[in-house]
Amino acid sequence: MLRYANPANFLRLAGFLIPPLAVVTAGLLAVGLYLAVLAPADYQQGETVKIMYLHVPAAWLSMFVYIVMTASALGTLVWRHPVADAAQKAAAPLGAGFTFICLATGSLWGKPMWGTWWVWDARLTSVLVLFLLYLGLVAVWQTFEDQGRAARAAAILTLVGVVNIPIIHFSVQWWNTLHQAASVFRMGGPAISRPLLWPLLIMAVAFTTLFLTLHLMAVRNEILRRRLRRLSILEASAAETPIATTGGFADALARN
Amino acid sequence: MNALGALFRRDLRVGRRLGGGASMGVVFFFILIALMPFAIGPDLNVLSRIGPAILWIAGLLATLLGLDRLFQSDRDDGSLDLLLMSRTPGEAIVLVKCLAHWLLTGLPLVIATPLFGLMLGMSPQALWQTTASLAAGTPALTMLGAIGAALTVGLRKGGLLMAILILPLCVPVLIFGVAAANAGQGNPVPFLTPFLVLCALSLAAIAGAPFAAAAALRAMNE
Repeated sequence: MLRYANPANFLRLAGFLIPPLAVVTAGLLAVGLYLAVLAPADYQQGETVKIMYLHVPAAWLSMFVYIVMTASALGTLVWRHPVADAAQKAAAPLGAGFTFICLATGSLWGKPMWGTWWVWDARLTSVLVLFLLYLGLVAVWQTFEDQGRAARAAAILTLVGVVNIPIIHFSVQWWNTLHQAASVFRMGGPAISRPLLWPLLIMAVAFTTLFLTLHLMAVRNEILRRRLRRLSILEASAAETPIATTGGFADALARN
Repeated sequence: MNALGALFRRDLRVGRRLGGGASMGVVFFFILIALMPFAIGPDLNVLSRIGPAILWIAGLLATLLGLDRLFQSDRDDGSLDLLLMSRTPGEAIVLVKCLAHWLLTGLPLVIATPLFGLMLGMSPQALWQTTASLAAGTPALTMLGAIGAALTVGLRKGGLLMAILILPLCVPVLIFGVAAANAGQGNPVPFLTPFLVLCALSLAAIAGAPFAAAAALRAMNE
């Protein structure tokens, strides 16, 4: 883990992992969506049950991304891990995106099934709070000019907001409202029949690899953006002092 | 202990003498409540039914918007550096500053609540329940707001960012506060259940938030 605190090591690892991950993601998404289309319709819900294949993986990912961000926040605060800063920054918009997919598909599913786009029940409200937390974190990254300070501010806020994750998970057990209880990860095995469960699990894995691919790419971009910024500052300061030779910086640019 | 006592007395004195901090919070609270009948209409039946919610929303906004100066003035005049470099733990400093701030801004809101509730046509039972729930809930709002104030210390446009960061975290306090204030009037929930949860939220915030706020102050003041 600490070996990849060196951004150069991380860039090598990311360059090695991104192409196969992208291929696996595309394959899993194709297979998962194909199986989801073929999956039998529910006897009560009809074809609308297929919204589940986007809604449920997005909901899992919305929490998984927050946990990844919490681990990165610990990396920032405890070890001052430079890649952890970039990992936090890259995860916030991705988490907001997955949470938005979860809320939007849930709303589209709710209209035919519950007869309403939105209800203020515990599960929906706590996921909405998660979405607002992600937006707040994105706002932090945009507001602070000094990215080191932004990383520490975002890390503290992430750690405070992590109390919401167990609330989301248990909200359907503590408050019995419109949203159904957990039916995959529960005592006594899944309550979904096999033909509907398989495409769901494949889609969940596909969403996870999709996140990993996008996250690695975004972290790599963030590291390169910082390097570019530093190099342009160096070059600007070199241009001001005629003693320094600019050749060294051009070499450095070429190496990167 | 002596240093904390001195800090407490200093904050009370500065808060009372400068900028009219305490009275401005109550005036803002009053204006928010006075705006509601214009927006909703002067029907006292409607106002008395949603009165607890109006008082809670107004209390939440007045508490949070008053907090953006909690650490900012100390940072501007340099005393925040001295406080953080002293041997007194930052967590205790945050707690003492929040206590002084709550006494100056939170407590006047609680005291003014029955009076403003009367203007909304609320029943005596709703009045005392709202007052009690605000008394139990505003410490949690102050402590959560302190985290936001510490995170945005030194930012020029920190006020709006602080509201965006902290308001989502205030949702549980608002839920249980309004539930306690509305209890007993056709609601099956007894007053004590949400009220005790609200007290628990406040105690948890008092115990936990100083650590987050002090960590944020140290990180932001580097």
